[in-house]
Amino acid sequence: MSDAKNTTPSNGSPGDVDEIFVEHPFRQFVVMYMRNYAAVAGLFVFVLIVGAALFAPLILDLDPFEMVDAPLLRPGEGGHLLGTDNLGRDLFVAIIYGARVTMAVGGAAAGITLVIGLTIGAMAGYYRGWVDEVLMRITEFFQVLPPLLLAMVLVALFSPTLETVAIAIGVVSWTGVARLARAEFLRLREQEFVKAARSIGARDRRIIWLVIMPNALPPLIVNAALTVGIAILFEAALSFLGLSDPNVMSWGKLIGDNRDYLLDAPWTITFPGVAIFLTVLSMSLIGDGLTDAFNPKLRER
Amino acid sequence: MSAPDNDVLLDVQHLKVHFQLPRKNIFAKASKVHAVDDVSFQVRRGTTLGIVGESGSGKTTTALAVMRLTPVTDGSMHLGDTDLVALEGEALRKTRSRMQIIFQDPYSSLNPRVRAGAIVREPMDLMNIGAPGDREGLVGELFKKVGLRPEQQALFPHQFSGGQRQRIGVARALATQPELVVCDEPVSALDVAIQAQILNLLRSLQAEFGLTYLFISHDLGVVQYMCDEIAVMYLGQIVEQADRISLFTEPLHPYTWALLSAVPSADPAVRDRADRVRLVGDPPSPIDPPPGCRFAGRCPFAEARCVAETPSLRTIRSGHAVACHLVSDDGVPPQRRR
Ligand SMILES: Nc1ncnc2c1ncn2[C@@H]1O[C@H](COP(=O)(O)OP(=O)(O)OP(=O)(O)O)[C@@H](O)[C@H]1O
Ligand code: SF4
Ligand SMILES: [Mg+2]
Repeated sequence: MSDAKNTTPSNGSPGDVDEIFVEHPFRQFVVMYMRNYAAVAGLFVFVLIVGAALFAPLILDLDPFEMVDAPLLRPGEGGHLLGTDNLGRDLFVAIIYGARVTMAVGGAAAGITLVIGLTIGAMAGYYRGWVDEVLMRITEFFQVLPPLLLAMVLVALFSPTLETVAIAIGVVSWTGVARLARAEFLRLREQEFVKAARSIGARDRRIIWLVIMPNALPPLIVNAALTVGIAILFEAALSFLGLSDPNVMSWGKLIGDNRDYLLDAPWTITFPGVAIFLTVLSMSLIGDGLTDAFNPKLRER
Repeated sequence: MSAPDNDVLLDVQHLKVHFQLPRKNIFAKASKVHAVDDVSFQVRRGTTLGIVGESGSGKTTTALAVMRLTPVTDGSMHLGDTDLVALEGEALRKTRSRMQIIFQDPYSSLNPRVRAGAIVREPMDLMNIGAPGDREGLVGELFKKVGLRPEQQALFPHQFSGGQRQRIGVARALATQPELVVCDEPVSALDVAIQAQILNLLRSLQAEFGLTYLFISHDLGVVQYMCDEIAVMYLGQIVEQADRISLFTEPLHPYTWALLSAVPSADPAVRDRADRVRLVGDPPSPIDPPPGCRFAGRCPFAEARCVAETPSLRTIRSGHAVACHLVSDDGVPPQRRR
């Protein structure tokens, strides 16, 4: 078993657990995560971005759509840290406000992805047989559809609000989570502690959600971190194409609005692009750190 | 032989568990693993029936079938007056409290995310054992009964040694106050020194609570120590069944005889016996086995008849049954006729 780990050299006498082993698994988890410096850096960047997204608008109280100066000012010109865009909007303010939307849509989309993927994967892996057969055919169907195109169609069909965008991204990207959850359930349902749970009288629902799920979650949480990154890229792509709420500032929208000035004012596109890059990179590094922290094999070293 | 007998707690008749293998392609014939193929036995209340056999002989599958943890292909199973095969849903769930299982692997048998105390308490909550207010006390008592300290309830499974984890497994099994406890190789994953402790614990718990054991092992020494009666399994079938004394002193089936002579013995009389035989080769595949005696490929006495006809389990004398063509009706096995 993955957690198999003989911490105590068994000398046979009952009650030979030493108090030094009374350490909560969560602490071990934190220690392991902290050993991955790249992951710590990723977490730092992520916390910075989320912090800016949450608190800066409260402190600044500005309108990111307001024309504050001449258009296309260079970074630093006129007191604008990152310059202004084609409509004379302060890029720094726009990026800070855009972070909110990007994070919210990314997080919500990842949440939807996880809920759909987990439920479908858990049912398929737990019940197997025809349930598995049907659910996996559905999953394959969604998998072969081009995700960006499908998301565009969904947003175009319904109104281009943030909710629609988040749901569209969720609907096109749950298949990976479903497959992963199914594989974990297929593996775990054969473990003896699951059989034990059944024989002490646990019903299906308890076994699925309280016995198997907590043990299946680690790789899925890692996957969720990556999903947030992918969802952010999706959101950027949709807003770039103008398929998002035009009344809400986001990084993708900034890039889309300024794309005609790429050569004259490259910073208008570079800065939002760097913001997207850093966020996605930080999610990926966090995912990496979580893998290490969840993996008892590494913990052993 | 399924006459109602008050003394019998578990009565299994003609149990079959076959696993359908996925077809290689749509034209291929679907093949089946005959993991358990027509197995019958009874366990009397308060006694221990041992099942011995090599790896892959179907011991675990038999245990899981009795526990209704794997689908039963055919046959009947009764726990007292309760028809185990017919039970479904909530009725099955309730009946599970009367039978519990102790698993082989002390690592994978405990949920790594649940504290030891909660592991033992869970069955009481699910099966409504005792008043909710009393359960904490019951858990503490069980911890003491299995040789753990009640303070250790707050620990997680990975903080215990293998032997201690097996004790937690025993406590969990006893938490529903079962009549039957199925022990599937409960000590084979443990160090030899700790094996004896767990076996002694199981024996003293049996005496204290009047438990009935279905005890599975591949270790003849362990079985000899624990069991009143023993069934020898080979490739999904019982080839010999007898009380402990008869089986160890007068093995009838060539397979049992080979197994016994393979046991390293401290007794020079046994060790130097001329009729010791070594078991060569591997058992054949349990996938779609051919008719005839399944031991024929490895049996030094095999004849044409052995491959043609499947030997059935015959009772040679009271309480001693064997499935071999060459054991005469008065109980002379082929190995004594050479
Ligand atoms: N779910 C399953 N699907 C297909 N075949 C199975 C399944 N479970 C068990 N088998 C097969 O059934 C046969 C009997 O397995 P079983 O686990 O009962 O043997 P065992 O006597 O307990 O062996 P061991 O000593 O290794 O535990 C084996 O050939 C095994 O591969
Ligand atoms: S029936 Fe034949 S092959 Fe089978 S055990 Fe007896 S002698 Fe050997
Ligand atoms: Mg087994």
